[in-house]
Amino acid sequence: MSATPYNFAYLDEQTKREIRRALLKALAIPGHQVPFASREMPLARGWGTGGMQVTAAVIGRDDVLKVIDQGADDTTNAVSIRQFFTRVAGVRTTTRTEEATIIQTRHRIPETPLRPGQIMVYQVPQPEPLWRLEPSRAETRRLHALAEYGIMHVKLYEDIARHGRITLAYDYPVLVHGRYVMAPSPIPAFDNPKLHRSPAIHLFGAGREKRLYAVPPHTDVVSLAFEDHPFRPWKADAACMLCGATDSYLDEILIDDRGTRRFICSDTDWCERRRAKGKAA
Amino acid sequence: MLARGFADPVHDAQAAFRALLEATARPGTVVSLPQPDTPPPLPPAAAAIALALCDGDTPVWLDGRLASPPVRAWLRFHAASPIVADPGAATFAFACGVAAPFDALATGTDEAPERSATLVLLVEAFGTGCALRLSGPGIAGETVLRVAGLPNGFVSWRACNFALYPRGVDVILVSGTEAAALPRTTAVREG
Repeated sequence: MSATPYNFAYLDEQTKREIRRALLKALAIPGHQVPFASREMPLARGWGTGGMQVTAAVIGRDDVLKVIDQGADDTTNAVSIRQFFTRVAGVRTTTRTEEATIIQTRHRIPETPLRPGQIMVYQVPQPEPLWRLEPSRAETRRLHALAEYGIMHVKLYEDIARHGRITLAYDYPVLVHGRYVMAPSPIPAFDNPKLHRSPAIHLFGAGREKRLYAVPPHTDVVSLAFEDHPFRPWKADAACMLCGATDSYLDEILIDDRGTRRFICSDTDWCERRRAKGKAA
Repeated sequence: MLARGFADPVHDAQAAFRALLEATARPGTVVSLPQPDTPPPLPPAAAAIALALCDGDTPVWLDGRLASPPVRAWLRFHAASPIVADPGAATFAFACGVAAPFDALATGTDEAPERSATLVLLVEAFGTGCALRLSGPGIAGETVLRVAGLPNGFVSWRACNFALYPRGVDVILVSGTEAAALPRTTAVREG
């Protein structure tokens, strides 16, 4: 570890203790939003400070950290957060999903299946799944207390009435352990099934909104839907132009100034490893 | 002289928390905690929980048999926790087997179920004694935890506590340097 004027993992011990207590309660009440103090971090709120505080409270010297932003290890937010923890905690980092013990993520769950012993840390912009439907936090707290989720079902029904299908493509609401409706953070609905009975621990941190929540391993996480309109995760009907994958989540990119579009895997580690194994489009 | 606490306060607290995170995420899993220097009769695992999680924001209730003057002085010095006489006011309650104040502990509110007590319950041993069948979040199917020295009435109290969900008390069982968690979501059956 480099000589640094900071405590291990940046946060002071009192702050870590408060986050740690909140995380244990969050695991005991899956999907329930637990308030926490949310400190200032050396980057602006909205850039992943909730996830960083969770990672800082959880991480130890022996951890191996992976950070992804929309599936990519090499974008600014991911590189900056990885460098931050290299500097303040001296931990080893990786881009390989199966090598990581902690994976901090913005808006994706890796394609490589997670395993026991791994902890996913999500950067959450808006922890309240009902926020577009009910602006008052006092009221949404009451709705969660009463498990009164009628307004969410009405919203999904109105989607079907207007558009013929549920139009949510990301941050698609889920019911956790049959009790709390939870925002899975803006992961694509494609990733929602990966949360259901996952072998890993999933921790969610919303720094600006000062809320933490969690999903333990082997917990039911069901995407909301109707019997006659079952949940259908959306994915581009195409193959990755680099590795040829048709089963991974794809990003659409412009490749010239004439508007030509191609698709590539959003998960850069998954795509690189497939190509290393000789898979190509 | 006052017992020392964790040898390495930052990294031992992190290791203790990670073990407790794993224990809470996988109820019934027995984890080992770092061993702090502890005044008797507080077992090392209970002491590690106190050092890792308790501070001035968490009122602590101590069972009469744990509340020896050295333990009170140690807890005040290392954690700065207020030691309360009313178990209902405690964030963390440390209890020995018999006469744990089960029904007096805070169970949180419907809107803030996280404002409930965590009961740290001293037992004799893991891996022997009464078999508890556990199911719920964190457990694939069912798992069995064997615990010796559970107080009478524990399983029936846990059933009432389970029925309060999402309110409820979370339990951490401790013996020696080991701990196992029974969060409120875990269904517990004997046999």
